[in-house]
Amino acid sequence: MTARIYVPGDAAAVALGADKVAKAFADAFAARGLDVQIVRNGSRGMFWLEPLVEVVTPFGRRVGYGPVKPRDVDALIDGGLLEGRSGPLYLDNVEKIPFFAKQERFTFKRVGITDPVSLDDYLAHGGYKGLERAIAIGPSETVEQVFESGLRGRGGAGFPTGIKWRTVAACAPGKKYIVCNADEGDSGTFADRMIMEGDPFQLIEGMTIAGVAVGADKGYVYCRSEYPHAVAAMNKAVAAARKAGYLGSRIAGSEYDFDMEIRVGAGAYVCGEETSLLESLEGRRGLVRAKPPLPAHKGLFGKPTVINNVISLASVPFIMAEGAKAYADVGFGRSRGTMPIQLAGNVKYGGLYEIAFGVTLGELVEEIGGGTFTGRPVRAVQVGGPLGAYFPRELFDTPFDYEAFAKKDGLIGHGGIVVFDDSVDMAKQARFAMEFCSVESCGKCTPCRIGSTRGVEVMDKIIAGVEREKNLAILEDLSHTMKLGSLCALGGFTPYPVMSALTHFPEDFGRGSVPLAAE
Amino acid sequence: MTTGHIVSGSRHAHEAWSPTRGREIIADHLPLEGATLPILHALQETFGYVPQDAIPLIADAMNLSRAEVHGTFTFYHDFRHEPAGKHVVKICVAEACQAAGGHVTSAKVGEALDCAYGETRADGQVTLEPIYCLGLCACAPAAMVNGRLIGRLDDEAIDEIAAEVRS
Repeated sequence: MTARIYVPGDAAAVALGADKVAKAFADAFAARGLDVQIVRNGSRGMFWLEPLVEVVTPFGRRVGYGPVKPRDVDALIDGGLLEGRSGPLYLDNVEKIPFFAKQERFTFKRVGITDPVSLDDYLAHGGYKGLERAIAIGPSETVEQVFESGLRGRGGAGFPTGIKWRTVAACAPGKKYIVCNADEGDSGTFADRMIMEGDPFQLIEGMTIAGVAVGADKGYVYCRSEYPHAVAAMNKAVAAARKAGYLGSRIAGSEYDFDMEIRVGAGAYVCGEETSLLESLEGRRGLVRAKPPLPAHKGLFGKPTVINNVISLASVPFIMAEGAKAYADVGFGRSRGTMPIQLAGNVKYGGLYEIAFGVTLGELVEEIGGGTFTGRPVRAVQVGGPLGAYFPRELFDTPFDYEAFAKKDGLIGHGGIVVFDDSVDMAKQARFAMEFCSVESCGKCTPCRIGSTRGVEVMDKIIAGVEREKNLAILEDLSHTMKLGSLCALGGFTPYPVMSALTHFPEDFGRGSVPLAAE
Repeated sequence: MTTGHIVSGSRHAHEAWSPTRGREIIADHLPLEGATLPILHALQETFGYVPQDAIPLIADAMNLSRAEVHGTFTFYHDFRHEPAGKHVVKICVAEACQAAGGHVTSAKVGEALDCAYGETRADGQVTLEPIYCLGLCACAPAAMVNGRLIGRLDDEAIDEIAAEVRS
């Protein structure tokens, strides 16, 4: 039997040198005349250990070593890596590492374990069980399963996925589409990327189930151009699924047809907004559409369209295979199931942490994330991307839940948490939020287009100390207008980071007891 | 033997603009639904940028107005109006990278390459661009150099980038 080692092909592992490590192993095995298969798997999501190399020992145990540098490779092989011997960098069974062991991996259960683009591996690890059941129970029962699971849109808005599916299913038969929003532009998020690179078949299966459920025969994944590794993995997996009869006509021997394509964005953040994304897919400027009509009634090319985030769709195979109840049984309040949380920025143990809703922000940042890597105290965390609020330590008891965050004037968004230490200047972060909005605004509505530009100017005056109170009043008024008057979440939510920074860190804006360093 | 998915971030030489070649590329993508973005990507992949002369060709082939194609082309940050430098360096400037000291790092890169953000250096050797998120937020600050990803960008990595750009 050929020995087998795993060297992640995940983009973040690659950014930390995984390609060079894989090449060093290939060269070293060749030089020793050893026949070893190197599998480029997804990442386990513990980025402080990447590149994390795993080996299946002759006794079938799987053990890890990391972080591995190319110069470590010879010593590792000579030290008995292929037999799973301990030594420097030895991590034993990586699933026993507390960061990993405490998770509840539903959506990420195969990521890091399988060969992402091997359909055989996917099938051997429970793949396509969900589609099998969807075909067996039929479309309407499938829609009800997704509804009963309590799954809500993981892209950020948290709208119940089952209701979207019901709406599209109820439209008259005819051309319908499944669109996957893979325009994961929020800084601090990478869960979609990790699924597409680490378990692309699961997303394909989720979209296929959606197609069966609502009567759509065509799907598109709209993936951002900043993710070339994800695009490549998706394209390979789609080709493999098509070849094996899981995409195309009469999928998996059933009466249903479904096929899909991967489309690549072109660097516009606003295209993560669903109607802007549809415009872009149709080949136009990514201008946001006014709603109604909802995409479920008039979506892509004017046809009824299910548009869901990657994680929402990738959660569906688990729900179908294990049953809606298994998913809904975990969670908190109206937030059912698990959330892949992403710990990012200045954090000691950064990575992907999938857990049932309800864990507190403080547990995530301090205990699981281990605080900052600079070793300085945590001062603020931004939750939910560039449109999410900044939270101070005083709010660390907030449970990770859609409603609990909304009550604190924040949002969980796509589940990204960016940690900042005490060197952060919150007035600068507020300015950046406005600047980002002004750069990325689609320009269709005035509050977003003009408001963000005025917002940058006002923040510049506040930072320079010009008529501070007067300008802070303008900032508050402007934020109010943007929040209530913008057409979509870009202009509508930019006030969250701005206002949360001002509310929780007034001293950085020249308010409160702590004077500005510049004064 | 290596399996799994592997992406090489290598650069390849671009072709000089030719209307015949442009028309071929456009024709190849016409059967796609909403073909405009795939066509623009394919043109840029081949020529390194989207030549102005290609806009009317797309409009004719797709039965659209030039204004509509021009509007789509100019909306997206990715599409280049002119060829980039020999090397393309993109530095992430979004929040997660800021939290990890990205302000300092991005300034250092600008100095090391002697190039302003959003510009191509006068000698054509490098184009330096800010980018909003590469999804490498747990190993920030991040960069993409000639399509190759770099995490935890430090002084040593900046020196290597500068050396690569000199080559």
